[in-house]
Amino acid sequence: MPWEHFYHTADVGIRGIGSSLAEAFAEAAVALIAVITDPACVEAKTAIELTLTAEDPELLLYEWLNALIFEMAVRKLLLGSFQLTIEGNRLTARVAGEPVDPARHHPRVEVKGATLTALQVRRRKNGTWLAQCVVDV
Amino acid sequence: MSLKPEATTDPFVWRIPPQGRMQVPAIIYADRRLLGQMDSKVFEQLANVAGLPGIQGAAYAMPDAHWGYGFPIGGVAAFAAEEGGVISAGGVGFDISCGVRTLHTGLNREQLAARKTELADRLARDIPAGVGSTGPLRLNQRSMDQMLSGGAAWAVEQGYGSTADLERIEEQGRVEGAVPQEVSAKAKQRQQDQMGTLGSGNHYLEIQEVEQIFDAAAAAGFGLQQGDILVSIHCGSRGLGHQIGTEFLAAMVAAAPRHGLQLPDRELACAPIDSALGRSYLGAMRAAINCALANRQILTQLCREAFAKVLRQAELRLLYDVSHNTCKFEQHLVNDRPKKLFVHRKGATRAYGPGHPELPPGLRDIGQPVLIGGSMGTSSYILVGTTAGATQAFSSSCHGAGRAMSRRQASKRWRGKELIATLQEQGILIRSPSLRGVAEEAPGAYKEVNQVIEAADRAGLSRKVARLKPLICIKG
Repeated sequence: MPWEHFYHTADVGIRGIGSSLAEAFAEAAVALIAVITDPACVEAKTAIELTLTAEDPELLLYEWLNALIFEMAVRKLLLGSFQLTIEGNRLTARVAGEPVDPARHHPRVEVKGATLTALQVRRRKNGTWLAQCVVDV
Repeated sequence: MSLKPEATTDPFVWRIPPQGRMQVPAIIYADRRLLGQMDSKVFEQLANVAGLPGIQGAAYAMPDAHWGYGFPIGGVAAFAAEEGGVISAGGVGFDISCGVRTLHTGLNREQLAARKTELADRLARDIPAGVGSTGPLRLNQRSMDQMLSGGAAWAVEQGYGSTADLERIEEQGRVEGAVPQEVSAKAKQRQQDQMGTLGSGNHYLEIQEVEQIFDAAAAAGFGLQQGDILVSIHCGSRGLGHQIGTEFLAAMVAAAPRHGLQLPDRELACAPIDSALGRSYLGAMRAAINCALANRQILTQLCREAFAKVLRQAELRLLYDVSHNTCKFEQHLVNDRPKKLFVHRKGATRAYGPGHPELPPGLRDIGQPVLIGGSMGTSSYILVGTTAGATQAFSSSCHGAGRAMSRRQASKRWRGKELIATLQEQGILIRSPSLRGVAEEAPGAYKEVNQVIEAADRAGLSRKVARLKPLICIKG
């Protein structure tokens, strides 16, 4: 499975796995959406361009997830499509989604922010990349 | 290093002696069973907190403590600025000043019974709740800054409630020292249309019945009688607080080496109180406290208007409003000497005892109401601060039951629809925009609240006054 949730008593751990760093970040974003709703039911109607930088890959993941949380909050959107490239400490992305429709999306909980808890970005022994942290709900 | 809590002469107090980098001990308030249910991460996090510069007394965990980030949820710690003390964004949490307010309705169970379903439907329609919901007003830059400085007092000026409400809110509804300019444009943007919204997750508006009185004198002082109908509102500073938490957590991590802080883990991000970043966070965090107080005030007025449409004889009077996630500047005794401290309470309630000068005249002789939120199907409690509590955990008590099970486990075990039907059989009406959200918040996903309250009472942190049974719950 390219994304999954992991155990945390009060909040939710999200994990993305991919053949590249960017793919792992995109899958972590899908895991983030899956906290709120079924990612499969979100259509990519409105696109947003993002550019982010951070000191290291872990803080870049923190910035990435928080940027998505921010965009969804202020635009009242759910995001469902994540295309991104990472070069050094710089991430550029085109993400897309649609306005929250409670009748269709049945959103269950808001995500307040990504946290530094269990924050990890690393290459695994099998060569795949892993990007994870706990998000506060 | 053994972080196993040791028993003390009090069966409700456990202690981890200072070791490694710990400057003070860690104290955990719990009975043996609650202690056994606590994740070992609680003890690890508490030991880390005990190693922070300028910490006073001990690092404390309330009986509902569980694994958080940096600080455990249910963690209390105080720092002295003049001793190099720090302030920590993780020690306050993302939902700054999330808390509970409880109101009398002047109704009894019989009066509510005839209109219960109608009231539930009306509240569900009129109280904005759930992901993406918006409130009744949209703030521009000027009104946003006024709200961040003015808190609930600002909301009252805008027509939401009365000045009588303010007396029954911590700091009379407005915390001093808020600096709206320290709140980022992004945080303000996130809040523009969120004033007067409940949010989601464990936030709720609940109609409750006073089911049992434990302390007749204190209950009388609070104006509570068995069978009374109350309203409790649980929510916080919404997107603004979340964004402030997010931004300052990252800023404190980045600045830690500059401040000579060696963090045992990054989540314990903090800054010296006497530093530009520390002061900046204090100004922003206090603005977020005011935002939460204003938000609960607006929701109160929306609730009053909903009641007026269904039960016109109801008169909603505020009993008290407390916050759970704050850092407050307070005076406490440390080694019998009064000291001004920055007290972090993350998932903990301030619990001033009788006679405290900050309590309003109507409550000063009794003590501060401590409002403990339930979880849809389980009881809520009202406790009262005690004189003895002042010598323990800087006048702090627990804040709720605390989760015992992850959301995923809960949603696997329960179905929202079935849960709502089961609760309805018990006389509890649930209204929520999300069935899955209801399942994730199932009462069974929380610790046994009665046991948590018993531990808080027996440890002397606060004293039981009344137990409340839920009747209607509007979930975010």
